[in-house]
Amino acid sequence: MFEQTLLKNINVKDANHLAVYRAGGGYEALDKALQEIEPEQLIDLVKQSSLCGRGGAGFATGLKWSFIPKDSPLPKFVCCNADESEPGTFKDRVIIEKDPHQLIEGIALCCYAVGAKTAYVYIRAEYSVGAKILQQALDECYQQGLLGKNILGSKFDLDVYIHRGAGAYICGEETALLQSLEGFRGQPRLKPPFPAISGLYASPTVINNVETLACIPHIVARGAQWFKDIGSPSESGPRLYCLSGRICNPGVYELPGGISLRELVEQHGGGAPNGKRIKAVIPGGISAPMLPESALDIAMDLDELKAAGSMLGSAGVIVMDEDTCIVKVTQRMLWFFHYESCGKCAPCREGLSWVFKLLQRIEAGDGKSGDIEELERLSGGIFGNCFCPLGDGAIMALRGAITHFRDEFINHIDKGCCPNGTSLSSTSFLPSQA
Amino acid sequence: MEGRLPKNTPPTNQAPPNKAIGLKTQIDAIATHYARRRSAIMPALHLYQAEYGYISRQSMEEVAELLDVAPVQVYEVASFYHQFNTKPIGTHHLQVCTSVSCMLMGADCRLEQLERDLDIECGETTADNKFTLSTVECLGSCGTAPVMQVNNEAYSENLTEQTLDDILRSLNN
Repeated sequence: MFEQTLLKNINVKDANHLAVYRAGGGYEALDKALQEIEPEQLIDLVKQSSLCGRGGAGFATGLKWSFIPKDSPLPKFVCCNADESEPGTFKDRVIIEKDPHQLIEGIALCCYAVGAKTAYVYIRAEYSVGAKILQQALDECYQQGLLGKNILGSKFDLDVYIHRGAGAYICGEETALLQSLEGFRGQPRLKPPFPAISGLYASPTVINNVETLACIPHIVARGAQWFKDIGSPSESGPRLYCLSGRICNPGVYELPGGISLRELVEQHGGGAPNGKRIKAVIPGGISAPMLPESALDIAMDLDELKAAGSMLGSAGVIVMDEDTCIVKVTQRMLWFFHYESCGKCAPCREGLSWVFKLLQRIEAGDGKSGDIEELERLSGGIFGNCFCPLGDGAIMALRGAITHFRDEFINHIDKGCCPNGTSLSSTSFLPSQA
Repeated sequence: MEGRLPKNTPPTNQAPPNKAIGLKTQIDAIATHYARRRSAIMPALHLYQAEYGYISRQSMEEVAELLDVAPVQVYEVASFYHQFNTKPIGTHHLQVCTSVSCMLMGADCRLEQLERDLDIECGETTADNKFTLSTVECLGSCGTAPVMQVNNEAYSENLTEQTLDDILRSLNN
């Protein structure tokens, strides 16, 4: 049985309280680091662990930290990206609500390693319950000398503040997050300069995902080799997988990196309910192109999924059974990207609106011959031409669906209706906000 | 200060002035968390929205004055983020997630149920000002789909026709 690390406390009563967290060995890693490990050594340790970011891009965490200039006179900042908004992803929320001190300890270790005295947790507005729990945990830390001045009797000072988002998917993109933190619209900045050189208030800044930071205390406590020994050579460490959609046992699962998608969906998730056949699976949040059932034997690994034309992303797995209308799912996915486009660049802002309208008409049974080719033509104009990855993600989602389920799109257009006859809603639905 | 706000923004708050003083103290305290006061625009707008239910022109002007920015710089933030209401909404804001995982688990049917029971279209507010119904993008609770958030409260998860009925009834009482 695989030993739970990141989720070991989620069924422990009151694990969000400091006393319970400390009783389980919490903050010993921070204490150890402050006493025995130099910041440079800590960065090396994280590098040796091969930890890669868990937010979606999968960048090497230790390497990211090492980009922070040592000789800069500017203050350094750490931002924890808790803007978890990729549809199908709900793992960070579990850490924030059930084991917030694990995250705070990870933030403190990161700040110590890069020399930051201030950290912000950018948490999405909808996680109001999580923000309250996290604030209580931060308050406890200040009371017990784990935050503030001279932490645990050392010379290390740190303040951690929560900054609540206000409902914008784009703020998960790191430079948009920084813009938002500075009090602007969440519209991405041009890179370079990268945040490590010029981030928050034009100062060196590290931005890491919640799960990424939660891994740090364990790496410090148990060593880089222990971490590397979990998972596959290219996917070190434990990973939180989210299972949702038409699946028997949805939820967040902690399993080794690089396990097969089939094992995840069938053994752990129990397959589709009511004995239905699985039709397609989105492996890493909706930006990751969907794969047909026949591709399930692939490993949940950065390289393998890339080779299969998809990506690991946030490891938010969405399962679709045989009754699912792929056209409807695609329409809903593209609505999301269109609606969440920040409006900064034309290919994303105008292009996705156009793509959505075409999909809407195909889904409604009003598709015309040539619509699929038009979608492909538009995709070519959008992909690679956007300011940030949002537009590309949208096109990847669209292309995945058309590549593997082209017949369904053709059928919708030819028959003027859903051949499955299984659309969940009787009306042609257009989401609308108040 | 320069930077006018669009005319369709509701002009004033209907609340006793002592509340506004409390808000200003809180916002001043929050502004110390940041290297620049402008960073406190979003936290300030959250406080105003929590107090008044939405963000009026007066609120934006007050925030602007407090944080030394032009009103339009507050407006550009308030109008960008989906969770900031720049118009009044009902007492209970029902926000139904209709993103992929929730859709796969029948969110559209729950939305239709709400439209039918409240006799409004999505995006509207009931005549008695009690309910506003809208859809939201992924709430980050896909494992317990379909999901709805009422105001800023804890999510209502694994919605069925029956549980949604119960929620509506309890909110109505």
